[in-house]
Amino acid sequence: MTPMLFLVQRLSAAVLAIAVAVHLATILYAIRGGLTAGEILARTHGNLAFFAFYALFVTAVAFHAPIGLRNIIREWTPWRGGSLDAALAAFAVMLLVLGFRAVFAVYAA
Amino acid sequence: MYGFGSAARCRNPTDPAVQSVNPESTLSVEVWRGAETGTFQTYSVPRRLNQTILDVVTEIQREQDPTLSYRFACRVGMCGSCAMVVNGRPRWTCRTRVSEAATADGALRLEPLRNFAIVKDLAVEMTAFFDKWRDAHGSFEPGRTPPADFAVVPPATPARQAADEAIECIGCGICYAACDVVAWDRDYLGPAALNRAWTLVNDVRDTAREARLAAVAGDSGCQCCHTHMSCTSFCPKGIAPTYSIAGLKRAVLRQALKGGRR
Repeated sequence: MTPMLFLVQRLSAAVLAIAVAVHLATILYAIRGGLTAGEILARTHGNLAFFAFYALFVTAVAFHAPIGLRNIIREWTPWRGGSLDAALAAFAVMLLVLGFRAVFAVYAA
Repeated sequence: MYGFGSAARCRNPTDPAVQSVNPESTLSVEVWRGAETGTFQTYSVPRRLNQTILDVVTEIQREQDPTLSYRFACRVGMCGSCAMVVNGRPRWTCRTRVSEAATADGALRLEPLRNFAIVKDLAVEMTAFFDKWRDAHGSFEPGRTPPADFAVVPPATPARQAADEAIECIGCGICYAACDVVAWDRDYLGPAALNRAWTLVNDVRDTAREARLAAVAGDSGCQCCHTHMSCTSFCPKGIAPTYSIAGLKRAVLRQALKGGRR
């Protein structure tokens, strides 16, 4: 792992530690009173704070997961080099696209 | 992964546990015979007072089976050549007493060091291990021109103290054998080479700091360490390569943020 990948993975991990906790706590709080999915979405639509939080969450995931996966693949398989990096860059883009699709669904769909 | 435990260190000879040896008892010693493929061969060796694992191997080789291959030189914990896996743990055999390594019923299993190619029996090929010291720029670089005067390095400076803590490595390969990351990634430089690099990064006289940090910053460099601490747990000299590697991680990151290897 190069120094920049190491730094990005640690920084994204720090973001995720907080984001996952907030995400889980929000879910538990929101369904406590028996809110439906529609009622929850009605509260999140147009809410910029929700949008910013989940945009940060998804971005952190898109950086963190491929770097971790790259380490695992390098340690457990002989796959190395440009093809590995290209595959994981594509994986990162896929996470970003799918993640932001969900973020827009929460914010504006 | 080896289990965690205290490093094999020499016990006080006056320790009653060391002294209380039944002169009639024998050890059952399983020894690896062969190379990458082979089998364990069992020998019966008389138990003796203050007997070390190296004494046992030497007795087998000299009295029972002269074809047994193993490596040793100094017998006093200085040269780092006699390391083996003893009952599942990598140890320096010249300073490991039988009383602290054998099972209660006097059984020993001796294997060559893990993560090394086996030459024969208990002797391993250490070329790859020392090649990684070279790859990590593990040698002092004085520069093209000699300094005008002796360097003054006060013992209390943080850099000198950091170097002191890591400098006593004898190159035995125990940390390398204990490291799971080496087992997974054969390109990983390993704890000994990185520990050596750390001592030189802290040597104010050295002129190759940037090149050394770049050498240990690659995909198989210091950032690969998982901080399992097996190296630190088993180092017979009490060195903590894990902390040296952590220091390198910080230094490499600072260098990258300043525009060095990223």
